[in-house]
Amino acid sequence: MSDFFENILMFLGESYVQKALIVGALISLSSSLLGVILVLKHFSFIGDGLSRVTFAATAVASIMNLTASNNMLVVLPITMLCAILLLRPGQSSKMRGDAAIALISVSAMAVGYLVLSKFPTSNNLSKDVCTTLFGSGSILMLSSLQVWLSVGLSVAVVVIFVLFYNKIFAVTFDESFARTSGTRVAAYNLLIASVIAIIIVLAMNLVGSLLISALIIFPAMSAMRLFKSFRSVSICSAVFSVVCSLLGILISCGASTPVGSTIVAVDIVVFLAFCAVSAVRRKA
Amino acid sequence: MAQLTCENLVLGYEGHVVLENVNFSVEKGDYLCIVGENGSGKSTLMKTVLGLQKPLGGSIAFGDGVKNNEIGYLPQQTQAQRDFPATVEEIVLSGCQGRSGRLFYGKAEKALARENMEKMHITQFAKRCYRELSGGQQQRVLLARALCATRKILLLDEPVSGLDPKVTAEMYSLIEQLNREDQVTIMMVSHDIGAAVSYATKILHVGHTMFFGTTEEYRQADIGSRFLQLEGSERK
Repeated sequence: MSDFFENILMFLGESYVQKALIVGALISLSSSLLGVILVLKHFSFIGDGLSRVTFAATAVASIMNLTASNNMLVVLPITMLCAILLLRPGQSSKMRGDAAIALISVSAMAVGYLVLSKFPTSNNLSKDVCTTLFGSGSILMLSSLQVWLSVGLSVAVVVIFVLFYNKIFAVTFDESFARTSGTRVAAYNLLIASVIAIIIVLAMNLVGSLLISALIIFPAMSAMRLFKSFRSVSICSAVFSVVCSLLGILISCGASTPVGSTIVAVDIVVFLAFCAVSAVRRKA
Repeated sequence: MAQLTCENLVLGYEGHVVLENVNFSVEKGDYLCIVGENGSGKSTLMKTVLGLQKPLGGSIAFGDGVKNNEIGYLPQQTQAQRDFPATVEEIVLSGCQGRSGRLFYGKAEKALARENMEKMHITQFAKRCYRELSGGQQQRVLLARALCATRKILLLDEPVSGLDPKVTAEMYSLIEQLNREDQVTIMMVSHDIGAAVSYATKILHVGHTMFFGTTEEYRQADIGSRFLQLEGSERK
């Protein structure tokens, strides 16, 4: 046990761990804020679908000889395009939302794997796939470009959320009312879609494609167990998310477990604790 | 001059006509009930008047100082809203956000929200969570929100559906009070034909046969007396 803490202390001195903690905290913060909107709009699966798109986009980026540090330049626009397609206003009734997400999601998985297996970038295909899907430790190998990009984009997301807080509330709670009272709902939905894409691409570094949904859904779901106003739910899910991610990164250093799955494991434990507290409270 | 005039409106989706030849006008202080059988196009008409949907033909004109985004709307509740974590105050305030281009609420908006919460007798619930309130209380919250958006015309979509008789009566008297004392024009889509003819000053009946006129004219007209009898017998 003392090894565990010694390990953590030793890692805390390393600059790459410090970078990972800063970037991890910021990404968790922004993803939890967006998560509140997505869960309340009943769009939780959009995050999941888009994360599969990032897998395909990363595969395409890797055959274009882009390194892990600058593939964001390819992955981000592709993901954004898909987000806008999925959330675009006036969706026709022929393509219902959930079916469209499922279509995009499986297509992206198939194309991604096809591309990776046809144009392998290294001798170890399954390791490449695993890294993209579960982000095995990529948060610990960030280049300074990635750090700055992540910091900049996360700060932008938080600023957008705070600035447009009231509009976002109105559009999330009741889209038709908001439209009749003169809010440009389509523009805000577009804004939300773009921000979702940014967050998913950022979160890919932290937990990998497959586990992104956890970062988006767990904080909001947990906060909704205990809190009753939109403001307190937003604040609580931000705190929840940052604390769990930091804990997850530290534990994974100490116990040498994969970062992404450790973070999600912490999320699960704290979520269950929140559920227990809310159950006890309801009985009392 | 009328606040809202619809001439030869044709309503529908993607070229499929649901309702045509819709002609009516609403003057300041009117209490208009829109009645008709299920599937007759009441909600399509409402969405078109609100600008949520484009008419296939005809015209909708606003006048008497009313602009097209100045209709306060009381929608039917959705399942998503029933478990939405938000306080009453947050929801009522959100009615103010179309009023100005500003991003944050100032003193004027907060005062308006407080005033409308008082009017709807929900001040004591201001900090309570919306999903913990009863159906009637939730309707009053949404009505207060609509009043924050406008004081000119309210469009109410089945405002008493799912409410028990006592709460229904309270809701109707609140709406009547808004109409009489605050001169708010009321447009109400309703199934409750009995209440429609006892509260409304004008009736718009949509369906195969159209009718628009005062409540008295509606009682006398063939379509009105037939519909009233039919609904009355169903009730027994």
